[in-house]
Amino acid sequence: MTNLLEVQQATKQFGDFIALNNVSIKVPKGSIFGLLGPNGAGKTTLIRIINQITLPDTGSVFLDGEPLQSHHIKDIGYLPEERGLYKSMRVGEQALYLAQLKGLSKRDAKDRLKYWFDKFDISHWWDKKIQELSKGMAQKVQFIVTVLHKPKLLIFDEPFSGFDPINANVIKDEILQLRDEGATVIFSTHRMESVEELCDHMALINKSNKILEGKVSDIKKEYKSNTFEVGLLSEDNNQLNEILQNKFITEPANFKTIEDQLKLKISLNKDASPNDLLRYLSERSQVVRFNEVIPSVNEIFIKTITENE
Amino acid sequence: MSSNLQLIIKREFISRVRNRTFVVMTFLSPLIVVGMIALITWLTTINNDEVKKVAFIDETELFTSDLKDTNEVQYVNYSNYDIEVAKDSVISKKLYGLLYIPKKSSNKELSESIQFYAEESPNFSVLNTIEGIIANKLTNQNYKAEGLNLEAIENSKARINIQIENFSGEKTSKMSNYVKMAFGGFAGYLLMMFIIIYGNMVMRSVIEEKTNRIIEIIISSVKPMQLMMGKILGTSFAGILQFLIWVLLGGVLLLIATSLFGMDPQPVGVDPSIALQENNQEEIQLLIQDILKLPLLTLVLSFFVYFIGGYFLYSSIYAAIGAAVDSETDSQQFMLPILLPLMLGIYVGFFAVIENPHGTVSTVFSMIPLTSPIVMLMRIPFGVPWWEILISIVLLIGSIIFMVWFAGKIYRIGILMYGKKPSYKELFKWLKY
Repeated sequence: MTNLLEVQQATKQFGDFIALNNVSIKVPKGSIFGLLGPNGAGKTTLIRIINQITLPDTGSVFLDGEPLQSHHIKDIGYLPEERGLYKSMRVGEQALYLAQLKGLSKRDAKDRLKYWFDKFDISHWWDKKIQELSKGMAQKVQFIVTVLHKPKLLIFDEPFSGFDPINANVIKDEILQLRDEGATVIFSTHRMESVEELCDHMALINKSNKILEGKVSDIKKEYKSNTFEVGLLSEDNNQLNEILQNKFITEPANFKTIEDQLKLKISLNKDASPNDLLRYLSERSQVVRFNEVIPSVNEIFIKTITENE
Repeated sequence: MSSNLQLIIKREFISRVRNRTFVVMTFLSPLIVVGMIALITWLTTINNDEVKKVAFIDETELFTSDLKDTNEVQYVNYSNYDIEVAKDSVISKKLYGLLYIPKKSSNKELSESIQFYAEESPNFSVLNTIEGIIANKLTNQNYKAEGLNLEAIENSKARINIQIENFSGEKTSKMSNYVKMAFGGFAGYLLMMFIIIYGNMVMRSVIEEKTNRIIEIIISSVKPMQLMMGKILGTSFAGILQFLIWVLLGGVLLLIATSLFGMDPQPVGVDPSIALQENNQEEIQLLIQDILKLPLLTLVLSFFVYFIGGYFLYSSIYAAIGAAVDSETDSQQFMLPILLPLMLGIYVGFFAVIENPHGTVSTVFSMIPLTSPIVMLMRIPFGVPWWEILISIVLLIGSIIFMVWFAGKIYRIGILMYGKKPSYKELFKWLKY
């Protein structure tokens, strides 16, 4: 799989403040790439460099194998976190204007806008002024403007903020569809559940440095600790608990059951086989639950950030 | 990419022109101005129409025949009354005033003891008229007493009207300098107003994009410099349109008003006695000649160059300020670098240039880029050597390039900075980002 976007050792300094320190990322073609990090980590600076809003002090960016140039602007669609529209301009005019700035002809822009406005069932907004729309409604218009010129690379900074759950879902489905049609998506967000749900690749930036990057599944594999969540039925749960505590590293687990089970998380050594554990447990009790504990993106996020402090 | 610049210019222009305040101002201002002129003219006419009734007691009986009614003053003879009775009567009848000429032994003594009683301090021109009549009469009496022939004196009076010519033998009017001042002053003042009004518009439009948070969306499509230039150009086109409409509409309205009310469109308050001079006709002709003899081509050309140059110079500063702040109220602290040179230009223009158009102060300030557009425009009607204009324009263009670059840097950083109230020090730091 080739990379649509490659940032190589980008560094950006504002006065004495280093906003981005030697950061490299590779975004594979057709992926949904989660760009994570706490507030002020440098995500926005990185995104602005990709959008050619700011130039890096050192380092380079390649889009589709070419060094980033001004004509690449029309290959990128960007929905910034700080987004708005001209309040006193009409919806249709404004969408046309922004689409034309991205290089679309007026005719093309009109046709495509009609398609999207029909799709979202908002055609009757065309002659309204933005100030008459609610925040969520304006966000829909912004989303359309971002994707209208069919860019190869879509960059969404907190795309779901301001949307109610229903509309957030609509937008999510649209993003997935755009990906299926060949677009590559970069996602910058704090909402880990949407990363979990959508992203196949991710990078984690903290304090201007990249501290983690890769396929989400690979990262999870790396972060899993050979821990299993078990539910056991026995005649004396306390006695069994004591035996297990002596033999393994355990901690109480929490999940819903209808029977009175012994619920535990059991961590094994790196090379130990889960089969041996299962055999050991089944000899002493009835195993009703046996799950591998896979770390969530949220847990990985918190763990790596705190480790790096 | 230049099509983007066109798009931005078009959008800025349309959004300026569509703005309700703009429309109202464009069409209402000429109406208001013409209305004001009409009102003032009308008010002065009724003011003058009012005939002032002045009572007089002439104990000498010398002046009674000379105090003849005019358009302005009507005289009522109270000579039969006692002074106290006359005063009461003047007050009760609400007459304008009471002139009291007592009987004295000598003309010298008389001339110092004439009095005018009035409720309010009397109109200057009324007093002037009365003083004139009395002085004239007394002078003639004095001549007679000295045994002089009045007719001979009258005939020997010489009337002088010095004809002004320049060395190449052309006649010029005495008004020549005033015409030059008027042209220069008008051009300089117009430029200052244009810079302040439309520079502010550029600034507001930058702030609007920042507070609307649309800036980052736009900036991901176009270069900040393009956006800034598009704004400045689009706004200036709107300004030029407004200006043209004002001139056209103002002209038409003035024409209508003149024909409707039979008003004299000449400036109000010109002493009619001057206008009635016999060589008036010739003066006007000379005046027109003077206007035509101004370096009109240079004037028009340099007007455009300095107008556009000055506007660009200042509006890029306005754009940078708009980018640096979050709201219009925050912009106040940065207004000084704009208003100070503008004011300086106007003051230097109205004092130094009019006093001595080619003095050191005038020349230096017509070279310094921030004041040169205004000061040079004021100097040009007095005739400025072409090389001085050239140096001034080269300096101006150079500083425009520098200023646009400088403003562009601040603009580029500033538009993405939210919630900060930057200091000059911080702005300076941005230059290095």
